[in-house]
Amino acid sequence: MLKIADRTFRSRLLLGTGKYPSFEIQKEAVSVSEAEILTFAVRRMNIFEEGQPNFLEQLDLEKYTLLPNTAGANTAEEAVRIAKLAKASGLCDMVKVEIIGDARSLLPDPVETLKASEILLEEGFIVLPYTSDDVVLARRLEELGVHAVMPGASPIGSGRGIINPLNLQFIIEQSKVPVIVDAGIGSPKDVAHAMEIGADGVLLNTAVSGAKNPVKMAEAVKYALQAGRLGYEAGRIEEKDYAVASSPTTGMIGS
Amino acid sequence: MTLQINGKQVELPDNVNSVKKLLLHYKLESRIAVVELNKEIVKKEEYEKRKLVNGDTLEIVHFIGGG
Repeated sequence: MLKIADRTFRSRLLLGTGKYPSFEIQKEAVSVSEAEILTFAVRRMNIFEEGQPNFLEQLDLEKYTLLPNTAGANTAEEAVRIAKLAKASGLCDMVKVEIIGDARSLLPDPVETLKASEILLEEGFIVLPYTSDDVVLARRLEELGVHAVMPGASPIGSGRGIINPLNLQFIIEQSKVPVIVDAGIGSPKDVAHAMEIGADGVLLNTAVSGAKNPVKMAEAVKYALQAGRLGYEAGRIEEKDYAVASSPTTGMIGS
Repeated sequence: MTLQINGKQVELPDNVNSVKKLLLHYKLESRIAVVELNKEIVKKEEYEKRKLVNGDTLEIVHFIGGG
């Protein structure tokens, strides 16, 4: 069970809803993934063209928790504006604070993220900031009172997996709120990796939506997440430099 | 009446003078959308009484796919 603020979720997977080849594939991928939290972006509606289909309007909103992001914001002020717009829909009170500080790497702006998180907490939001894998920043965010920290594994959409597992491990060890590894996940292996080092959840989008077969990949990441979590709970063996025989070293035939 | 909607300048009949009528005009009444009028969010229950005047700036936003 994943617990964020006063909510509990059976699935530890948070799924993004961007860039799927079609709504049909997306619906199936979302369903197969068994994710209960779906992220969305807030954008201007194309009101001048009628009847454009919208994924969210086709969803059973009883079944899913919406996690709008503040993507597109470069400052705390812009992020707060987007978050408030999202909340005014009456459909959600959670927000993924996402404030980009560098256009090329899409890495988050730590100062603005901290600022926006503070304001949104005061406004009563359930705040889940997307942050870099900076250990001190994660701690500062937790001290503010955020409801989860979401350090990136590697740059958004890069699919490079966890490039600094040690930092993530430090963040996981120090955090009392859930740690959700967000961004940069490329494959089931990365999902299992994040869960094995003790992450409470994983948020991914492109790894599924950009796969050759998104539905199959949704299923794969679901199992990877479960496998990684089980492995974490089971407690892995220590790494050693030299071989240690698995078979008994006594009673050898012919000795 | 001239309004600025989602960054675009539009000319609308004078009887489209409330947020509610504007949404009806664009057939958005049953859509999941949020309206901001002159940078202030308009609550759903205020759609009817929030009047529009010449030169108002509106943002009509919704949720789309994103990560």
